Order: sequence, then structure tokens, then C-alpha cells
Amino acid sequence: MLFPSWAFLLFLAVLVPVYFLVPKRIQWIVLLIANAVFVCIAGLLGAVFMAVTVATVYGATRFFDASFARQRETLAAMKATHTKEERKRKRLSFERRRRLVLIAALVVNIGILFVLKYGAAIGRITAGIFGTKAFGQDLALTMGISFYTFSTVGYLLDVYRESIPAERNPLKLALFTSFFPLLVQGPITRFETVGKSLTAPHSFDGKRFLSASLRIAWGYWKKLIVADRLLVAVKALCAKPDVYRGDFIFVEMLLYAACLYADFTGGIDITIGVGEMLGVTVEENFFRPYFSKSIAEYWRRWHITLGEWFKRYVYYPLSVSKPMRDLSKATRKLGAGVSRRVPVYLATILVWALTGAWHGSNLTFLVWGILNGVVILLSEELKPLYARFHARFPKLTESTFYRGFTVIRTVLLLSSLRILDCYGTVREAFSSFFSMFTTWNWGAVFRGGVQSLGLTYTDYAIAAFGVLAMFTLSMVQRKGAIRPRILKRGTVFSVCVLLVLIGTILLFGRYGFGFDASQFIYNRF
Amino acid sequence: MEQLLDILRELHPETDFETETRLVDGGILASFDIVMLITRIEEEFDVVIPAKDIVPEHFNSAEALYRLITRIAEQDD
Amino acid sequence: MKRKLLTVGGVLLACIVFFGALYAASRLVAPKYHDTLTEGHLTGEYYRETTDHDVLFIGDCEVFEHFSPVTLYNEYGITSFIRGGAQQLVWHSYYLLEDALKTETPKVVVYNVLALKYGEPQSEAYNRLNLDGMRWGAAKIGAIGASMTEGEDFMSYVFPLLRYHDRIDKLTKEDLAYWFSDGEPVSFKGYVMHTGVNPATETPQERYDPKLPGSSMEWLSKMADLCEEKGVSLVLIKSPSIWPVWHPEWDAEIEAFAKSRGLRYDNMIAENDAIGVDLQTDTYDQGQHLNVDGAEKLSRWFGAVLRDAYGLTDHRGEAVYDADYARLTERYEQEKQRLRSEEH
Repeated sequence: MLFPSWAFLLFLAVLVPVYFLVPKRIQWIVLLIANAVFVCIAGLLGAVFMAVTVATVYGATRFFDASFARQRETLAAMKATHTKEERKRKRLSFERRRRLVLIAALVVNIGILFVLKYGAAIGRITAGIFGTKAFGQDLALTMGISFYTFSTVGYLLDVYRESIPAERNPLKLALFTSFFPLLVQGPITRFETVGKSLTAPHSFDGKRFLSASLRIAWGYWKKLIVADRLLVAVKALCAKPDVYRGDFIFVEMLLYAACLYADFTGGIDITIGVGEMLGVTVEENFFRPYFSKSIAEYWRRWHITLGEWFKRYVYYPLSVSKPMRDLSKATRKLGAGVSRRVPVYLATILVWALTGAWHGSNLTFLVWGILNGVVILLSEELKPLYARFHARFPKLTESTFYRGFTVIRTVLLLSSLRILDCYGTVREAFSSFFSMFTTWNWGAVFRGGVQSLGLTYTDYAIAAFGVLAMFTLSMVQRKGAIRPRILKRGTVFSVCVLLVLIGTILLFGRYGFGFDASQFIYNRF
Repeated sequence: MEQLLDILRELHPETDFETETRLVDGGILASFDIVMLITRIEEEFDVVIPAKDIVPEHFNSAEALYRLITRIAEQDD
Repeated sequence: MKRKLLTVGGVLLACIVFFGALYAASRLVAPKYHDTLTEGHLTGEYYRETTDHDVLFIGDCEVFEHFSPVTLYNEYGITSFIRGGAQQLVWHSYYLLEDALKTETPKVVVYNVLALKYGEPQSEAYNRLNLDGMRWGAAKIGAIGASMTEGEDFMSYVFPLLRYHDRIDKLTKEDLAYWFSDGEPVSFKGYVMHTGVNPATETPQERYDPKLPGSSMEWLSKMADLCEEKGVSLVLIKSPSIWPVWHPEWDAEIEAFAKSRGLRYDNMIAENDAIGVDLQTDTYDQGQHLNVDGAEKLSRWFGAVLRDAYGLTDHRGEAVYDADYARLTERYEQEKQRLRSEEH
């Protein structure tokens, strides 16, 4: 069930009233049933995978909790009778057993994700090498598996680290894993916050309902008016790398940047809005990402929850891990600078390679991820240079103009990297990118070029208006959240805003069949 | 404490670490800095900060970080 | 309390304005089917009728371009209407008939069998041409359900805005002219006039399934049931055009069906000489469809057949019909003149 579908709206229209009409203590059960329905509609195989995740993570986390309790008891009892050495050995034996269980749980869960994500790709490769029939082709990627696996594994690791206690009720863990709006586009969530919020009782609140409706409507607005419209042109551009070269690539970069932003933030707006409607607080995933002054900052503001997840569960643990520290020590004779950089560099590159792999099974994503890491490390190394530049020209670097320049530079840089997203092979992506500097064909772009992409001038005008609206709202948002300000003007005003949003979506959204008069001309057969 | 402040200033000379309480939340310390910092802390204090303790609360101010280091150092004994 | 009432009133007013605007927008972007894509206008024109009909034609272009109610009345006093449509498939026909039988009971229903060769929904656009003009009711809901092609949804039939919203930048003068009015009818009681001449040539060979699809035969059977239930005589015809080809196996199958249900079946292809239709002069598109001369000849012949077989009343001399048909005949003759003068 995708957000822009009648099925999804109908699903919400049934769920929301039922959710608020039932007694509060069974609200979360209603939600769990709704999730189960949602997951089963999406596919029964997916439901099985999800059930495996819930079962294994539940079992492992309960084991961790029990093990921590037993460890504390045993060690306390040993205090009087045993030496420190013996106690340490005992503790390590507990830790070892927990680690074994953790590894088993990780293998199962990451394994499912891996097979589903890369099964088809690996199947193709092995089939190519051994000349056998490819396997895994029919394993379609199950809905939301990348998101819920990460959320649930995050919970598993938190309990393993004793940061939070294990949930005793497996159904509550199932509720957290399967919360339906998160299965479409994420975000990745934390059990401490969303998991708890899901099971808490919620009363209906008209103001909150209106506020949530506004956010959902705005999400659809971005998706249907801007993203789905521009997607047509982006797809057309990417489909013909041998035709659309040179300055077309620049157009592609900009259109894709707008399209991806509208699609992803729009989807997350709908997700968070649906959560809000039900009284569930879902983490924000974006913080005006295109206003970032560097790629590193951009990644702290775009798909925030994914970045946080990787930082929390991969980057930090990896960079402080024993092998990393040993490696750092071993390189000390090469100089303090080198030895201190070793963990950071290795961890950064590895995390970015993983981030790339998470985005897709294609090799282009891996290259894209690693390049992101390289750019971040490079700009980190160039910091002293910048500092000198800033010291030399303080007036210039503090000006709005310069800040604007850094923002545009960041957007262009990340758009360049994203070209890897668009093409099937790394070679095509690089060739397309560099053709921008060798082929000067603005003439072709504007004489017939942009009209050949499946969009009319009206479409471009509507999309441009949409981008302008998003930009303006972001500028306004810098001075504080927008919806409270709308709601403060009263219910009637808020309803009017909502209706205008819905009305413009219905009129100017890109959905349905599209009108092609030639299909209607009765060809008289 | 003074030793810790020196390490921090090494990383970001422009920041007043004695008063700043939003080092992570305010975007002064990036993940890159945090790992560098942890490596330096290990060098200087011989204290290994475990991954589970790498959370913003512990890195938002020099004082909080110092408390963390002290706590881990005591546990080790 | 007063505040609350004001809020409720304000929200209500906003909703009224909103839905009013949506309705206006919806009417604006929906195709008007008046000056262009005129076939879409046919379905709706039935509801403008002020008199009832003894004969109702249903089917595709082989009815709405081949029979002239004006001729039927002026020659025999037979009152008739053609509920034809562009590629009207058999389930469209069934529901349009059901819809019509709710408000009148003709003596004879004539169904042209060509469309029976289609057992599956064919084209979303032709669904629209046939169904957009239909009045709401169980028949329309059934028709939509039976007609939808893959990817279509029911909601967009209920709210045409959902279907036609992207015509917003393709609006023409026609859309403004007929925004809130339907304009003059484009047909003459369902008949669409053509005056050109383009002689028939050889018919191309095509591969075909010798058996008509079971699904369409089922709909035909339902149609026969419906007529039986209402006491209406169903007549099956294959109009005399030679292309698209009506294959002998299909002909035999319909023949057998008609026999089993006790229905009359006229395959007029063989009767062309008796009818007087000459496919060198009476077709405007090489034998697919008849022009007005062909239609009038066919109507003259078929009118006599119907009158004799079903004892239809001659309504000439009855004031209501005379007035109605006098107006229609005048418009009909003017249109014929206009089209002919345009040709030259």
C-alpha cells in the first residue's frame, strides 16, 4: 500500500475512528491488528520475515536481560568467596554467551535483509560465473524491510549494551516493528521513544488532528505536485545516457535534487503526520537539508535517523573497537597525526560503504557511498586551509553572499554524487557527469530538449511553483515551526489552508491516467 | 580537567569549552571529532570509552565528558 | 458557545465554498464531447428525450451511424432511439439497456452483434466515452464495474476531476462554452450523420478465433433474459458493412444462439442488394460505415421489416410525435446540407 492510493486513505479512514473509539487500554492492540492487516496486504512472505525478526529479537533481548540479572547475582555472591580474577573470568563467560546470542540474532536478521536485497544481484553474478540458472530473482524486496530491520536491530543492540531493559511483552515489540506508516519510507526509529509512544494511551484531540492533517496534506502536496511530476523527466533523462549528455546532466542533477527532496520529505511528512494523528511521536528525519554548508552537515540534516543509526551502532563501536585501537597504536611510529586518523578514516569509509550498500544492491550505490565518505574526509582535512582563508577575508566569509555560496556548493556537490543513483553502471554515471564539462549544448536543452522529457511547459511551471513554495516555507520555518502559527489563527483558517492544499493537489497533482486526447478519438473500428 | 580542555582546544581552538554545554547538539563536535577525541583520551588518560557511552549527553560539555572519564577510570580499578 | 457556533459555521462555509469550487473545476476540466470527441455526447443525449420509443437500438458504430430514426418515423411512423456508443462493448450495451428499461418499455430492442468479438475491456478512453454521460444508478455502477481496465478506479468515475484534472492546461473555447450547459445535441436521436463517399475496397485478411468469447456470449444471454423479463422483443442484427469482418463461424454461433432463445437474427451483409446499399457510393470510409444515403436506405428497408414482424404502430398524426419529429427533421436536413456544402 503506497501513500498515494485510495487503499491507504481508506485504511486510515477506518483505523483512526476505531482507534479513538475503543477503550484506551486496548488501543495499542487495535493498532497491532491494523499493522498486521497492512503487512499481510503487502505480502504474506514479508509477514513471515517480519515475524522471524520479532521472534528472534524478542528471544535474544529477553536472554540478555536474564543474563545481566544472573551475572549481577552471581558476581555479588562470589564477592566474598572468590578472587577478583575469578570474578572477571565469570563475567567474561557471561559476556561471551551474550555475544554468541547477539551474533546469532544479527546473522538471522541482517541475513534476511541481505538475501532479500542482494539475493537477486548475487544470483545474477553467480549465474554469470557458473552458467547456472540465477536464483533469488523472484524474491521481491519486502515492504519496509530495510527500515524495520534497522529499527529492531537498534533495539537489540541497545538491550545488549544494557542501555535499555528488554520489553517483556512480545506483542509490544511486534507493534514497534510493524508500525505501518514506517514501512513505506521509514524513518528508522528507536524503541525507547516510538516503541513507548505506540503503547501509551492516546485521546482524540481536535487540534492535533487538524495539525496532523495539515502535515499529511503538505506531504502529499510535495509528492504529487512536485516529486511525481519531476520524476517523469528524471526517468526520461536517466533512461538515455547516450542521448542526454552535457548540459542535460546539469538539468538532471537539479531536477533530481528537487524530485528526491519532495518525494522523501513528503513521504516522511505523511508518516509523521499519520503518527501524530494517532498520538504517536515519530522522530524527524530532515532538518532543511539543502540549507547545509557542507556534505557532513548535510548528512546530519538529511535522512537523520539513518545517519544516527550508523553512527551509533557502527561508526562509534567500530572506531573504538579493540582491533582499531591496536591498529592506531601500531601506526604511532608514522606520527601522531597518522595514528589518530587511522580509526576515523577506516570507520568513515566503511560506514559510507555500508550506507551505500543499504541504499541499493547496485555497484553504483557502493561507489556513491564511498565517494561521500571521501568528500567528508577531504573537507575535514581542508579545514585548516579554510580557517586561514576565513582569517584572511573575515568580511567576505561572514557575508550572506558567502553563506549562500557554501549552501549552493553543497547542493551541487551532493547532486553530482547522486548521478550515481541514476544510472545502471558506474561507467555510465561517470561518463555522463564528465560530459557536462566537455559538451556545451544549452541550445539543444532549451530548443526542444526539455519538452522531450514527457513534461509540458505547464508541468515545469507547476513544478517550479512547487519548489518555490517549498523553499519559501523552509525560509519561514527558520523562524519557527509553521503549523502552530497556522493553528493560532483559528480553526476556520486552518481548515481553509487544509482545503486549499487538498484542492491544489486534486487539480495540479500528477496522478491517474493523464489525459491524452488522441486515445479518445474514436478510431472507428 | 585542564588536560581534557587542552585536548578539546586542540580540536577546536575557537570554542570556549569551559562554558559550552551543547557541543554535540549545537553541531560543534561532529562524529569525526568525537572519534579523534576518544583516541586522544585513550592516549592521555589511558581510558577506553566503550561504544555504549558515546551518546550526546556525555559529550555535550567538557564537564560531562570529564565525569564520564573519571567514572570509567574508577570502574577499571 | 457563540464562538463555537461561529467556528462550526465558518468551517461549514469553507467546505461549501471548497466543494462548490471543486464541482466547478470538475465540470470545467471534464471533456465536453460537443465539438470534439463527439461520440462521448451520445450516451447523455438519451436523457433529453421527451417522448418514448417503440424501438431502441443498442450497439457500437454499426448502429449509431447506420440507422436514422428520422427516416424510420417519416417513412413508417416508427418512434426510435439509438443508444449507441464508440466501441460500445456488450456489457456497456447491457447496462445502457438496463438503464433505459427503467424509464420506458419499448416494443423492440435491436442489438448489433459486432462487438461480441470483444470478451475483455479494451480501452479506458472508450469506457469514458460510453459511460461518462450515463445517469447515476445501479446500472451505471454495474457498468463501471464490468468495464474497468487495469489501473482504473471507481472513484475517478464518481469524481471526474480525478480523471481529467490534467486537462487544466489543455482547455479550449469548447470547455468554456459548455462549462455549465450541455449545448445542442450532436446526434439525431442517437444517429451521427456522415455525408462523404469513399468506396469500399478489398477487405484485409486477419487472424481470428472462430469462437466468440464466452464472456461476451454470457452478457448477450443476460441481455436476452432482461428483455424477456420486461416483455421486450430482442432482435439481433449484423449491419451490412463489410469491415471489420464478420466471420461465418461467428455468424453461425449467433444464428444458433438466436434459435435457442427464439430470437430474430438478421445478418444484413447478404441482403445488401435487397436493401439497395451500394458500398461504392453509400460508405464514407471504404465499407466500414455507411454515410447518410446508406443509413437512410438501410432504415427504409429495416423499418419495413420491423413494422411487418412486430406490428409497430404508425405514430404519424399524433401531435406529440409530429411536433418532436418535425423539429428533428428540420435540424437533420439543415445538417445534411451543411455537411454537403462543406464537402464541396
